[in-house]
Amino acid sequence: MIKKLASYVKEYKKSAILTPIFVILEVVMEVIIPLLMANIIDVGIQNSDINYILEMGILLIISAILSLTFGMLSGRFAAKASAGYAKNLRKAMFHKIQDYAFENIDKFSTSSLVTRMTTDITNVQMAFQMIIRILVRGPIMMIFALLMVLSISGKLSLIFFIAIPVLGVILYLIATKAHPIFEKVFKKYDKLNRVVQENLNAIRVVKAYVREDTEEEKFQDVNNEVYANFKKAEKIVAFNSPVMQFTIYTCILFISWFGARLIVGGDMQTGQLSSIITYAWQILSSLMMISMVFVMVIIAQSSAERIVEVIDEEPALKNPENPIKEVKSGDISFKNVSFCYSDEKDENKFALENINLDIKAGETIGIIGGTGSSKSTLVQLIPRLYDVTKGEIKVGGVNVKEYDIHALRDSVAMVLQKNVLFSGTIAENLRWGKKNADQEELEEVCKLAQADGFIKEFPSKYETVLDQGGTNVSGGQKQRICIARAMLKKPKILILDDSTSAVDTKTDSLIRKAFREEIPNTTKIIIAQRVTSVEDADKIIVLNDGKIDGIGTSEELLKTNEIYKEVYESQMKGDDKQDGE
Amino acid sequence: MENKKKMTKGATIKRLLSYVVSGYKLQLVVVLVSIIISSLVGVAGIEFIKYLIDDFITPLLGSQNPDYTALFNVIMMMALIYVVGVIATYIYNRLMINISQGVLNKIRKQLFEHMQKLPIRYFDSRPHGEIMSIYTNDVDTLRQMLSQSIPQVFSAVVSMATILVSMLTTNVYLTLVVFAMVIIMIFVSKYLGGNSSRFFVKQQEDLGKIDGYIEEMMEGQKVVKVFNYEEESKNKFDALNEALCESNTKANMYANILMPCIMNIGNLGYVLVAVIGGMLSVNGILTIGSIAAFLQFVKAFTNPLGQVSQQMNFIVMALAGAERIFALIDEEEEIDEGYVTLVNAKIENGKITETKERTGIWAWKHPHKDGRITYTRLRGQVEFENVQFGYEENKKILHDITLTAKEGQKVSFVGATGAGKTTITNLINRFYDIQEGKIRYDRINIRKIKKDDLRRSLGMVLQDTSLFTGTIKDNIRYGKLDATDEEVIEAAKLSNADKFIKNLPQGYDTVITGNGEGLSQGQRQLLSIARAALNNPPVLILDEATSSIDTRTEKIVQEGMDKLMKGRTVFVIAHRLSTIRNSDLIMVLDHGRIMERGNHDELIAKKGMYYGLYTGAIEID
Repeated sequence: MIKKLASYVKEYKKSAILTPIFVILEVVMEVIIPLLMANIIDVGIQNSDINYILEMGILLIISAILSLTFGMLSGRFAAKASAGYAKNLRKAMFHKIQDYAFENIDKFSTSSLVTRMTTDITNVQMAFQMIIRILVRGPIMMIFALLMVLSISGKLSLIFFIAIPVLGVILYLIATKAHPIFEKVFKKYDKLNRVVQENLNAIRVVKAYVREDTEEEKFQDVNNEVYANFKKAEKIVAFNSPVMQFTIYTCILFISWFGARLIVGGDMQTGQLSSIITYAWQILSSLMMISMVFVMVIIAQSSAERIVEVIDEEPALKNPENPIKEVKSGDISFKNVSFCYSDEKDENKFALENINLDIKAGETIGIIGGTGSSKSTLVQLIPRLYDVTKGEIKVGGVNVKEYDIHALRDSVAMVLQKNVLFSGTIAENLRWGKKNADQEELEEVCKLAQADGFIKEFPSKYETVLDQGGTNVSGGQKQRICIARAMLKKPKILILDDSTSAVDTKTDSLIRKAFREEIPNTTKIIIAQRVTSVEDADKIIVLNDGKIDGIGTSEELLKTNEIYKEVYESQMKGDDKQDGE
Repeated sequence: MENKKKMTKGATIKRLLSYVVSGYKLQLVVVLVSIIISSLVGVAGIEFIKYLIDDFITPLLGSQNPDYTALFNVIMMMALIYVVGVIATYIYNRLMINISQGVLNKIRKQLFEHMQKLPIRYFDSRPHGEIMSIYTNDVDTLRQMLSQSIPQVFSAVVSMATILVSMLTTNVYLTLVVFAMVIIMIFVSKYLGGNSSRFFVKQQEDLGKIDGYIEEMMEGQKVVKVFNYEEESKNKFDALNEALCESNTKANMYANILMPCIMNIGNLGYVLVAVIGGMLSVNGILTIGSIAAFLQFVKAFTNPLGQVSQQMNFIVMALAGAERIFALIDEEEEIDEGYVTLVNAKIENGKITETKERTGIWAWKHPHKDGRITYTRLRGQVEFENVQFGYEENKKILHDITLTAKEGQKVSFVGATGAGKTTITNLINRFYDIQEGKIRYDRINIRKIKKDDLRRSLGMVLQDTSLFTGTIKDNIRYGKLDATDEEVIEAAKLSNADKFIKNLPQGYDTVITGNGEGLSQGQRQLLSIARAALNNPPVLILDEATSSIDTRTEKIVQEGMDKLMKGRTVFVIAHRLSTIRNSDLIMVLDHGRIMERGNHDELIAKKGMYYGLYTGAIEID
């Protein structure tokens, strides 16, 4: 995992390496400075030698300036390296997620992905910065101090050689105990995030049903879980400082006791004792630093795992080895296609079963069927939003799996049932269909989709800013913008998944007329509830329970298909009656 | 609403501390005492060595048979003091966890509770990711500050104060030198800290932006795929990411160089003290011993200062987070000046009285200024009188709407998309407040009715179906929390959701996720209708509720709906005109005005706009 994580340092490698180097230089200066200070006291002050004090003072000032320079440089490089590292990780994650198939996203859930890209990255970044700065500084400081102690008294240094490993083991135990609990904390965090997210999405429902209290209860439950687990984990970590202090205090007492005996026995000077104790403090503070980093790393470890999980996840849909880059025509054929959503464990429960279809380029196909008859599933297989479980689908005579996914999706435009617009202007949203489309092109497709009229009524026209989710336009307006957006792609196949449901009948028929007249060569697949939306199609497919119940023109189906007849009559009855009036 | 004053740093800190102080007074006192003890023990440790050497080791020097008892005793005494120090350290670390986690819990709770009270407008204009970032990123920065930074800063202050006292007793003039040094340090800290905090604030903002973007792209993932927009979305993300990286680097850089600056100013101060002290000692003003001691103090003084400066970036970041947290908490709540409430009622001899029982009869309890209380039976009559409304102040969406829906009537709105149909229904339940005119419910101005009670008396099936993670049963039960399983199934049957639910792997106990993946749009709508059915309100609002249900299913749903609608006032917004033919009143809307009204037959006979819409002959857009 560490290797994997380290590989994202990339262009910040230089900074990441320079940081510890300057940290080491800084530590060296920090070791030299106390020696100079000791000289000022021991030699200069003791002998009242002003010249010596000035001399040492100047040396000290130079050292301080050097130390400052190194310190600033290490700080600067550390900031650059860690921020850059976080950037690279975030980028890697986001780019990876963009390559995910829906299966992958469903596996993680969107709220979890968001936490992973923010909180988790921040944790890892902090740990990274700590590692390249303090995890270098701590041990080096400790080593220098230990060397100094060793040079003064080998016997007394034994105390440290016993104490440090003991402390190490204790710290390790604390870390391993705390880690699983921290992991749990993050799971709870995901849950908390999810509750907030769902609440935000459903705020209208919450308010309409006056369920604020229920929601608060729900939130408070998760909030308390986060609280309880976090507390549990931190309780363990709380032992860090006292254990550390205990160790160092014990060391000092032992040094005092044995040191005193050495001094009395004539094996050591009193000045040396106080030096050793000064170094003991230095060892303490470096150990403290290391333990602080330890806590950070414990927290970051869970985060790092969660990040790597995202990066390592294999996208469920992959491009073929030698992809075909061009879709020749809008012909579509389904051969014995069956499909089941992977999360449905029951293999026998197919959402689609044994579908056989042949659609010629330029045809208009209507699909009609009951709720849950898998109409949306059927069309989503064409641009390979999901892969078929059995059988094969050909577009332009070639199996969809052999195409470059982007090339395929470029030729298949789809207006989804759940229309999504993004924050930004209408023009920006439209340009999703064609990045560099000019104003004329935008207006042209909007006219076809019957959207130009209302857009021009907005004060800022095409530059009208849409809120997230497009809440400031009505459902039907949203649908028409989405249709225009899809048409801008100039696709070979255009799929409308019940995307005129909120558009009035008249506009609906105008849109269909535009399809017929303006894009005759494009294959059009229209899923609809309204019979009028599909009545004039070349072929109508009646789906029932994941199977094809009938194919034919409206006239043919009226004679042969019970379901179609029933639907037709229930919807058209009104007209007949009214005509009779 | 937008002229929120930005809180000053001081005010933010004060407010944050008030969370700590209130509710944790006793624990806080123990924490402070423990920190003081812990830091005093630390300072005592420095003194101890001097004392040990001068008073216990030196006298033993040269003696043939040294008696170590006194030395042993003093070390044992010191051991005792150290033990106290260690215990104090543990106590404050442990208690700080209670306090910091408790405060975080409380803040999160407040955030959420307050968020529930905000008007719909608030949610319209903010990316969800940005709001979510407050719950995670911003609250998280507070944790670091509360559990680590505050105790460390306090401990450092205690140590420095102790040392300062020692310094002052040693020599006043040299202490002045130290003061001068501290002033320079403060100056430098202010400059660097100020820069750092500016960029930390920017960093948190950038983080919020990136959060919002991720959130939006995730929700629109299907569209992203369909339009091959992955590259663009990556590019846009990269730009935001780059901006974040920049502010992040700068903020961290200023924070990182603070510590070396402080420490080395300390070193310079040390030289200054040594030189001045040396000169003073040559002139015999100061003893050598006191200069040596003083220099030790200078060193001991700068260390905690360095520690404090290192905590500064955490504190600055936390304050930026706290500002955003408080901004949400301070956001103005939905205004509710209503005082008319909905109560269970009994009718005896034609007189309505309030009761605790669930009688199935509801009444509006209307307290008057003169102390009288009158009861009006809940019937479900809704009137609009010259209502004007616009989402933005100078852009009216609805003009002069006047209509009456009598008890039990079915009123339908038809019209081109964007004609204002959905808006009208959003006004009845006061998601938005009208600017002019009046809306009355059972002859009571809805402004006088408590919002919760008003909404409780209205059932809604919205255009966007929102489900929650949980079982199907739970989702239906959202309409009536204390509903039995039988009632839930009954409601599902009524709305014809029962059939598809039974086909799910675990039936009513099937767990669905919030976005309802795996359920079709139509199935989700059926669930949301079942939810409304269970809610059983006197007035129903159906906003394109059946738009994604196929006509066959719809027919069956319609039968259930008709049963459900019986005896209720119903507002229907639908594009499928066949579903509203039997309405008592049909309103034809265009550009926010009512153009025609009447029942189906009347409107057809009129051969106007409705006729045109119905036959598809004219485009009224």
